[in-house]
Amino acid sequence: MKLKEIAHARTGDKGEISNISVIPYDENNYEMLKEKVTEARVAEYFREICHGKVTRYELDGIHALNFVLDKTLGGGVTRSLALDKHGKTLGMALLEMEV
Amino acid sequence: MKKIRIGSGAGYAGDRIEPAVELMEKGNLDYIIFECLAERTVAIGQQDKEKDPSKGYNQLLDYRMEKILPLMAKNKVKVITNMGAANPVSAAERTCEIARKLGVSGLKIACVTGDDITDELDKYENEKVLEDGTLLKEKKDVLISANVYMGAEGITKALEEGANLVITGRVSDPALTIGPLVYEFGWNIDDNPDQMGQAVLAGHLLECAGQVTGGYFADPGYKDVPDLWKLGFPLIEIDETGAFTVTKVEGSGGLVSVDTCKEQMIYEIHNPKAYLTPDATADFSKVTFRQIGENQVRAEHATTHGRPETLKVSVGYKDCFIGEGEISYGGSNCMARAELAAEILEKRIELTGIELEEYRTDFIGCNSLYRDAISKKIGSGTPCEVRLRAAGRTKDRKNAVLLANEVEALYTNGPAGGGGAVKRVSEIVSVCSIFVPRDAVEAKVTFREV
Repeated sequence: MKLKEIAHARTGDKGEISNISVIPYDENNYEMLKEKVTEARVAEYFREICHGKVTRYELDGIHALNFVLDKTLGGGVTRSLALDKHGKTLGMALLEMEV
Repeated sequence: MKKIRIGSGAGYAGDRIEPAVELMEKGNLDYIIFECLAERTVAIGQQDKEKDPSKGYNQLLDYRMEKILPLMAKNKVKVITNMGAANPVSAAERTCEIARKLGVSGLKIACVTGDDITDELDKYENEKVLEDGTLLKEKKDVLISANVYMGAEGITKALEEGANLVITGRVSDPALTIGPLVYEFGWNIDDNPDQMGQAVLAGHLLECAGQVTGGYFADPGYKDVPDLWKLGFPLIEIDETGAFTVTKVEGSGGLVSVDTCKEQMIYEIHNPKAYLTPDATADFSKVTFRQIGENQVRAEHATTHGRPETLKVSVGYKDCFIGEGEISYGGSNCMARAELAAEILEKRIELTGIELEEYRTDFIGCNSLYRDAISKKIGSGTPCEVRLRAAGRTKDRKNAVLLANEVEALYTNGPAGGGGAVKRVSEIVSVCSIFVPRDAVEAKVTFREV
């Protein structure tokens, strides 16, 4: 099953850092997501794009995960050569991950 | 119990105006905020100001004020905005002119400055740049501007002295909401850590306007949102406990749900236990959202852990040039022709000696967003069209023009059937960050009355 079937996401940016939330539609799937969508898996998944550390934050109050990807936006939003300089589309890529 | 209603009339510099008008007319608001400054907007504004000392504020100021000013008096709504950008004084003066032209009176316009420390940059030349670890003095010859992310103190002070329209330069986005809340409820970081947490949360949820009411959320079949074409902007109703409800005007499009609030709360905060703003180090880790009615979500349990001792400064500098071009290919063999075009470009760059610091090609429709591994995994078979894009970073305009021209020249000199070529050369203003002690800056407030 793909992540998009059980969770949604939103992506933001600051400088060269991408910030991707992963939020289960059903809060009962939160613990399972914690097990399956790890820092290591996300780092491996984005290896062509993310050249820094991946940090995962857990928001137990609202049952959601927040992934912070360092060195991901081609030197920063203002100077990146990418078409999507903000990396706003990255969350939709993460939702294509198999879980 | 006293309740305050704050609406959000803009989530970025160029945002729509009708949702703001709708909020001012039907939202029963006490305040409306307009957040119009992205990371490098002020640096670009500083360049505008250099060319014309009366410019450097938000380009839609006239357009917005003409709509907002008559509604302010009629509906008794106070307005708080960072549309001043690099030149809040000229923005305030221009707003006075517009008010006079429209015959609007009873305005006390506050202009909040103190964020611009461009003239003091020499003092900080040995500060380390957050992004690349170099010393600021290495960028000495190309520096354009330096603006401190200020907190809410200037806005609060303006309201205390009777302002009903507050125009600022660089302040943190949540400060636009924190300012009126501190003024109305008298909260401070030492005595009211929970209420201040809620104030930051309210500001954070409001600052991107439509992004919490169903904008940037819809995904047909997964997350459906009604009437996105007439998306309503958000408002919050908050009381002295700090608990608040997020909602929108009845009859507007969009959706306020627990999920729209969750997405926007996490947006760009990095560490939810330590979301740094000038007014507070906010902790959203225990926040709860509860649907209490149609398009009504209750938000509770944010808190704070003091506030940072240093403030972030956004430093603008002339960075480089980017030359880029695009051309499309169609038909079942389109990919082969686009790849041939990319190969030709690489050889032309070498042959003609174009000097590039960094170079990238994309096949739009195939790998421009996710590069190769992820794109292949998602996969979609043979595309019926593809658009080649080439972009290069250069030290000067000349080399950027040469690269852009090479893409265009693929028309007559490249593979068969190329179409829709475009080219562009941009001078790039970038921003980097340093930190300064909190007491190195002070908000200044001046007033104009119409």
